[in-house]
Amino acid sequence: MRYLPLTDPDRQAMLSVVGASSIDDLFVDVPEAARLSGPIAGLPMHASEMAVERHMSALAARNTVAGQVPFFLGCGAYRHHVPASVDHIIQRGEFLTAYTPYQPEIAQGTLQVMFEFQTQVARLLGTDVANASMYDGSTACWEAIGMARRITKRAKAILSPGLHRHYVSVAKTMAKYTGDALDTAAPTLDDDFGIDSLIAKIDGETSCVVVQYPDILGRIADLSALAEACHANKALLVAVVTEPVALGAIRSPGEMDADIVVGEGQSLGVGLQFGGPYVGLFGCKDKYVRQMPGRLCGETVDAEGKRGFVLTLSTREQHIRREKATSNICTSSVLCALAMSAHMTLLGEAGLRRLADLNHLGAASAADRLAEVPGVELVNTSFFNEFTLKLAKEARPVVRALADRGILAGVSLGRLYPGEGALANGLVVAVTETTTEDDVEALAQALAEELA
Amino acid sequence: MSRYFTEDHEWVDVEGDTGTVGISEFAQGQLGDIVFVDVPEAGKALTKGGDAAVVESVKAASDVYAPVSGTVTEGNPALADNPALVNEDAEGQGWFFKLTLSDPSELSSLMDETAYAAFVAKQ
Repeated sequence: MRYLPLTDPDRQAMLSVVGASSIDDLFVDVPEAARLSGPIAGLPMHASEMAVERHMSALAARNTVAGQVPFFLGCGAYRHHVPASVDHIIQRGEFLTAYTPYQPEIAQGTLQVMFEFQTQVARLLGTDVANASMYDGSTACWEAIGMARRITKRAKAILSPGLHRHYVSVAKTMAKYTGDALDTAAPTLDDDFGIDSLIAKIDGETSCVVVQYPDILGRIADLSALAEACHANKALLVAVVTEPVALGAIRSPGEMDADIVVGEGQSLGVGLQFGGPYVGLFGCKDKYVRQMPGRLCGETVDAEGKRGFVLTLSTREQHIRREKATSNICTSSVLCALAMSAHMTLLGEAGLRRLADLNHLGAASAADRLAEVPGVELVNTSFFNEFTLKLAKEARPVVRALADRGILAGVSLGRLYPGEGALANGLVVAVTETTTEDDVEALAQALAEELA
Repeated sequence: MSRYFTEDHEWVDVEGDTGTVGISEFAQGQLGDIVFVDVPEAGKALTKGGDAAVVESVKAASDVYAPVSGTVTEGNPALADNPALVNEDAEGQGWFFKLTLSDPSELSSLMDETAYAAFVAKQ
């Protein structure tokens, strides 16, 4: 069945209302040179499905595939092993949806999964409560800044230099429209997480301090003193976790008294998948739950006293409060949340701790090996599964040269921070349970040759 | 002391230049079980007809408007732990906030109890 919502007279009627003579007229704001006239040059008008598939496969084969080469890229997206059972579970017809249900109570299974997901996320982040997901880490981070503004009624946020550059960009884009003032700076290539300088910036106007933990260079610090300094000034501490596996090994931000903890859940169960869709994590203290954005699933009992699940506190949301809603988040990444929940359930707490140990052990031995390479210096002394190297040369061309040799060496800071000369020699290297000793050896030897 | 009502179902008791504001018995009945009330903090300046508080029931979330202009002196602290007070005693213990009136002449545009009863009868 074809779905044909409009007839030609319908289109004509709409065009005449807006004063356009044709559909093409709607695109007059696009410069003429940028418009496509006629078919795309060089493309055949028709091709068989098999021919298209063959062509596209040949194009795809030109990529350097993460799973097939020594791979050290991180900075917010991590290659981890996803058990085959995760994919099997999320593809069951009962679960396979990207949406939270709008007639929720008939979907008890989906609601129960969301409830379990929230429970797992809250325990992971160390918060009293967690919601049933945001779009991704960067949008969750922005939502936390907005939530801090609603709670403190102040609009000046201090963003730590260690916060991922892309997260800062998202916040800057949104702040253009909300008017929030954002204090931002590029990180410095050293071992200092910057707690003291953040504390020095907090004043009576500060809505929140946003820190990433571990930060963009992989550095880790105790956040307790920062939390205390925030609270002394009636500001909130927002912590951002881009690698949730780390929380299997290090204290959660919630345990260090962060008020809002957000994160990117991709590491657990979701896979790299070309950069998205991912799943945003969002937890906070109980006293702030009414200012929280997004969907929240609750447990209750029905009229017969049986356990059941409901979407709760919906009055914060735009489908009820419209323009006064806590945020304009209107759905979530439920399928990715389901994958994360399935993975966490398969791991269990003990499994997550073992996974974290494996990551850290691998990273520690890789850091030792790479620091032996002439022209390589290890920048940070504390890290989880990701650390920063300072090379004797600019890192970006080195990464390019290594990619040409079939080794994805990491993220050069020159790529994340173009124009920041002081960071140009920095290379952020991630090591997970998927990284073998041979991978590390291949990187070490290739680096030695490139730096020689 | 005099009691006045608005067409949005707020009431205000006025004594000297101090007003106590809540929602009417009729309003609480329409809302059903009230689960959350967000009252303004002391010091907040309100304008007649502007947003002052939020009340949420199992059915709906509604804004409560300031019946008169003034500066808030106190939000009802009892409602944080027990929002059901509004259901039990909407026009007494379930008050929302107190304010210092900045323009008592605004009261003349409000209804008295008799007029409000007639207004509600037409709803």
